[in-house]
Parts: sequence; C-alpha cells; structure tokens
Amino acid sequence: MATGFNIHRFANPGRFLRLAGALLPWLTGGAVILFAVGLYLALVGSPPDYQQGDTVRIMYIHVPSAWMAMMGYGLLGAAGASALIWRHPLADVASEAIAPVGAGFTFVALVTGSLWGKPTWGTYWVWDARLTSFLVLFFLYVGHIALTHAFDERQRGRRSAAIIAVVGLINLPIIKYSVDWWNTLHQSESILRMDGPSIDPSMLWPLFTMIVAFTLYFFAVVMTRMKAMLLEARHRAAAFAR
Amino acid sequence: MSRKRLRLYLVLATLVVLGIAATLILRALNEELVFFLSPTQIAEKQPNAGQQIRLGGLVEAGSVKKSGETVAFSVTDLSNNVRVSYRGLLPDLFREGQGVVVQGAFDGAGQFVASEVLAKHDETYMPPEVAKALKESGRWQETEGKGTAQPAVTQ
Repeated sequence: MATGFNIHRFANPGRFLRLAGALLPWLTGGAVILFAVGLYLALVGSPPDYQQGDTVRIMYIHVPSAWMAMMGYGLLGAAGASALIWRHPLADVASEAIAPVGAGFTFVALVTGSLWGKPTWGTYWVWDARLTSFLVLFFLYVGHIALTHAFDERQRGRRSAAIIAVVGLINLPIIKYSVDWWNTLHQSESILRMDGPSIDPSMLWPLFTMIVAFTLYFFAVVMTRMKAMLLEARHRAAAFAR
Repeated sequence: MSRKRLRLYLVLATLVVLGIAATLILRALNEELVFFLSPTQIAEKQPNAGQQIRLGGLVEAGSVKKSGETVAFSVTDLSNNVRVSYRGLLPDLFREGQGVVVQGAFDGAGQFVASEVLAKHDETYMPPEVAKALKESGRWQETEGKGTAQPAVTQ
C-alpha cells in the first residue's frame, strides 16, 4: 500500500495519545509565553500606523485569527479526505476536534474585521468578494459541525461532514486570491507577496509573534480535544465490556 | 485496484471537477463579483441616470471642495475621472490621493450623487516616522497607493 504509508503510523490512537502527552506541555507553554510577548509587542511595543493610528492594533488579532481559520479548514479538508479514503478513525476524531476551533477563529476574524472596518473604511460590512467568501468559510464550518451531529448513526454523520469538508476546500484559494482576482474594498495581501511584505518590520515582527502564538494555541486546543475524545471512547468501551 | 486506491482517485477526481466548475462559474460571474467600477469602466458603460452603482478610485488631489454639509470631489483612475457630490460624514481616512469607493447614482445632469463614501486603504502598514522619512527622502511615490491607485488594472 503505497498511498497510506506514513499516515498509518499516527493513526494508532495509543501512539497518538503518547505523542499528544509529550507535545502538549510544550505547545501550551510556548503559547502562553508567546501570547505574553506578542500582546506586549502588539499593544505597547509597536508603533501606530501612519494612516490608521492605533486602530491598526486590531490587525494583531484579526490577521492571526484569519490565518488559523484558513489553516484549520485546510486541516479539516485533509482529515476529511483521509477519513473518506483510508477510513482512519483518528481522522474522524481530528475532524470533530478541529471544526469548532476553526469556526471560533473564523468568527473572531469576522468580528474583529468588522470592528476594524468601521473606523477605517467607514462601514462594518460590505458584500465584497473577500468578506463574502470568508463568511462562506464560517458557514462551511457550521455546516460541518451540524452534519457531524445530524444522524443517530454517528458514522453516517461523520461521512457526510467529511464530504462537505473536502468540497469546501475549493473556497480556500478563492478567499486567498479574492483580493487579486476582483476589486474589493478589502486591501490586498500584505505578508505573502511576491515582492516581500508591505508591513514595516516594527509591525511585522509583533504580527509574526502573534501568528506563532495563535498556531501553538490552535494545536494545543485541538490535541487536547482529540485526547479527551479518545479517552472518552476508551472509557465507554471499557464500561461496555464490564 | 484496491478499494482505498479507488476512493483516493474518486476524491481527487471530485476535487478536480469541482475546481473546474468553480473556475468556470467565477469566470462567468466576473463582472458581477467586482465590488466597484473604475471611472474608465463607467465611461465605457454609460450607466443610466438613477442606476445605483459603486465607483472606485482615488480622490483627485486638489479636487475636494466643501460647502456646508456638501462635499464635492473627483474620483480618478489617472486616465478618467468622475465628479462626485456627497452630503454626510466622511470616513477618517478620506483625503486627497486616498482610495475610495462611493455608492450612488448619476443625476440627470451627469453629476454622480453619492449616498455612501467608503475609504479604501492599501496593504502598506508603517509607523508615521517611516512615512515621514520616506517623504523626505523622495521615495514616497513608489509606496503610495500601490493597491488602491489602479483599480482598473485588476480587471
């Protein structure tokens, strides 16, 4: 079996639990430290923007949240695909663990974006391509969560949710490139650009710190959720056997 | 072919088909998905008086005239421009040279009457001191309005 070569190694719940146990303290500790550093840099240590003033500090929450929302959906799609193709039980657990976390970050990105839009653009919301496709991302997450729990037979719900996760992957490039393909009110990409970031280093480093902090936090929460779900399943199986 | 291999190809094929379908749909909808029209596009389309449209471009330098609550300015894409009049509060970022998106319609006399003015800001972020230093060293031109200056070329 060439296709599933190394995924199987981690598909073993016991091995995953050991791995999670070893990684979790590092992820959590790293997130706490980087959040402390990042928040200090974002709120105190970085300069105001030449046009927006202190409003620009919303960026240090908004941008990392949006990245986590996108990364989370990428992982959800990958987990959905491997659940459909290889029927890994761990992939279903991962999907169920990721979806509410990703939906939460999507919600935070939408709310902070809206609060940022009012003082800079003059409106909380417009239906431009970026904002609309990002709202669709939120609905995809919500749809995934709803489908997972929509059937009495758990496996059937998970299968349907995996399909929506894979299909929804198509939205990720649309979100990313919406600001290039169409004219939008949302400004275009500042960080991942061909000619380098258009953010001054004094603001870029605090932003990177926050992005790493968010990422560690994301994985810490997802791993904790997966661990809890696996232990719960193990407990239930043990109670059943008794 | 094993069932797993078959399912892998099935998922990949689904993604490819969906990708093609999405591309075709989005290409067909291209005109509808733009948030605003540039002055050049408006000059080409000649929209009817009273038809609601969004116009995007830069506030032309030296064109802003305030009289009471009414403000008049030109929106330009550096090849065409449209005169706009607006009554109401302007966003903080509104200034000459700034990208804006205005919603409204042409009146009978060819004047664009805006009901809403939104400021567009570009993807450049920097502290005020850096902006000042750039202006003093004469390198300002390259950074200003990179994203907002040419909405017409994104088409």
